[in-house]
Amino acid sequence: MALDPVKQVSGHAVFIPGADIDTDRIIPARFMKCVTFDGLGEFAFYDVRYDSETGAKTNHPLNDERFADASILIAGQNFGCGSSREHAPQSLRKYGFNGVIAESFAEIFFGNSTGLAMPCVMADAAGITALQAEVEGNPKTEITIDLETMRVLSTGGLTIPVTMPDSAREALISGRWDPIQELLDNNDAIEKKAVELHYV
Amino acid sequence: MNMGKSLFQKVWDAHTVGTLADGRTQLFIGTHLIHEVTSPQAFGMLRDLGLTVKFPQRTFATIDHIVPTINQDQPADPLAAEMIDAIRKNCDDFGVTYFDLASGKQGVVHVVGPEQGITQPGTTIACGDSHTATHGAFGAIAFGIGTTQVRDILASQTLAVEPLKVRRIEVNGDLRPGVYAKDVILHIIRLLGAKGGIGYAYEYAGDVFERMSMEERMTVCNMSIEGGARCGYVNPDAKTIAYLQGRPYVDMSDFEATATRWLSFASDADAVFDDIVKIKAGDIEPTVTWGISPDHGISISENIPDPATAANAGEKASIDEALAYMKLAAGTPIKGVKIDVAFIGSCTNGRISDFREVAKYIQGHKVAAGVQAIVVPGSQVVAIQAEQEGLPEIFRAAGFEWRGAGCSMCLAMNPDKLVGDQLCASSSNRNFKGRQGSPTGRTVLMSPVMVAAAAINGHISDARDLFGIEETAAVA
Repeated sequence: MALDPVKQVSGHAVFIPGADIDTDRIIPARFMKCVTFDGLGEFAFYDVRYDSETGAKTNHPLNDERFADASILIAGQNFGCGSSREHAPQSLRKYGFNGVIAESFAEIFFGNSTGLAMPCVMADAAGITALQAEVEGNPKTEITIDLETMRVLSTGGLTIPVTMPDSAREALISGRWDPIQELLDNNDAIEKKAVELHYV
Repeated sequence: MNMGKSLFQKVWDAHTVGTLADGRTQLFIGTHLIHEVTSPQAFGMLRDLGLTVKFPQRTFATIDHIVPTINQDQPADPLAAEMIDAIRKNCDDFGVTYFDLASGKQGVVHVVGPEQGITQPGTTIACGDSHTATHGAFGAIAFGIGTTQVRDILASQTLAVEPLKVRRIEVNGDLRPGVYAKDVILHIIRLLGAKGGIGYAYEYAGDVFERMSMEERMTVCNMSIEGGARCGYVNPDAKTIAYLQGRPYVDMSDFEATATRWLSFASDADAVFDDIVKIKAGDIEPTVTWGISPDHGISISENIPDPATAANAGEKASIDEALAYMKLAAGTPIKGVKIDVAFIGSCTNGRISDFREVAKYIQGHKVAAGVQAIVVPGSQVVAIQAEQEGLPEIFRAAGFEWRGAGCSMCLAMNPDKLVGDQLCASSSNRNFKGRQGSPTGRTVLMSPVMVAAAAINGHISDARDLFGIEETAAVA
């Protein structure tokens, strides 16, 4: 299964403030009553984007017209914590995000996102603050996540070093972010292991 | 000289199929649990790729997230009915064991696995649910996964994963009366933070965990993920063996050999850990949350934090945001905060021992006027056991509603939801914004006995005062 390598992703960006943004916040549980992931994009961050009583738009950054075409999400620490729901990165992907830059990520969210070819890279607090300042000062600045050089670049001149686990980086840039074929190719080893394990 | 190995390392090594091109481990997942919310898309992907289920006998299914707790088999919501139909059809089509409502075994997947004896020491367990860490109580490496990974396991019984570091958390000494397993894990999360466990598996060790029952160990391991750790475990011992002996899915043909093999997975005495944290049991008080992250914990006698005393701007912003959402005043006691709803249940605290413990104290008391108190057994097996012991009558007499098995108000995907900004004293695991079904609903996490005390008083209370749970001289 040939997949597209993911070496760089670029676009306008939006900063979503706060630490520990959990996957319930990203996609509230009631929107998981579905048997496909289609249509989740419109519900991303729903309960913080709309007033629950009046239905009116809040001042959430995703409601800010200046960031309407953002495809890079910038966030703080422990982004995507809580529930393992893949519905969270699926909703971001379908909303139009192609990459996330944060101070840190919860692991299940990180793994789910890598599997959807949406790179999640980590910058230090100063880097996030610099990106926030640039994006909010000039929403049309173009942000690039470059996985080959492990840098985030902006048309405003920022160069921010970022990190991610080597295996995820390798999976993305070599086009192996969906591991299913490689897992299946090792069928003989899988069957051998099954025999070895007493309980299988 | 060979260095000792941790349980994590032993189980990981035993299940490693190979190393993938990107450097990740291909790990054999011996036991796969599925439920109705995160599996339908995985079966869809399987069909799209023309794949089948490789080891159908190693996947076990039930329904829990969206099942109503009143008239369980008649969901009024057509989407819920569609999801229940989908899992039934998927299990039928691919030959997967399915514990449906008629089986008498349905329930929260993390309650069902252990009570059926599917959860076993020295195994790898995955489920599309972050509270899969619960099964670590048996000395399994158990963790939550996304739906695409559910597909990977269905198709290959393996996952592409990175190994974790291991942090040993030792809690030694005596817990004070009225301090429960829930308080221990809330205390640990408070100390180490909601992101403190990222990159780690937590090994819970020391005499507090050794003395705990299997159900108490499950409560602790369950909330590893709230501390950022994808999995947590307790080393298997005689209690583990005794719990599993005779359970439906335990092979009893040569149980002695099986038990010996299980025990062999326990961490070696000279195992090396990436980190060790030591906590004194006597320092742990009944603990409740005041904010919107599970690490927003304080003891029942403390005051709600004041942003003015925050260590830095980030912490101040976090406290401000939490207090604004919770509508609580900085620097005031958490004790006395009025509640609207009380919930006892969930994969954290929905087991028979939780209900027995609460039932010990509530006789002769009544839920306060204006408080809705609901009790949701974690499984049909728990419900049947409780009925045999007369527990539902005790709860009903005290003004609690006794419901059918499911996840219920832990995440409110069924009709059990908070309304508006109701405040819920909850034995569940997450106090995130909107978690209990209302975008403005508020959650205060605590042990089941503390929930009962809050329900009876109508406000957050110290259960030790209400129920006369006293310090004994020996503990002082």
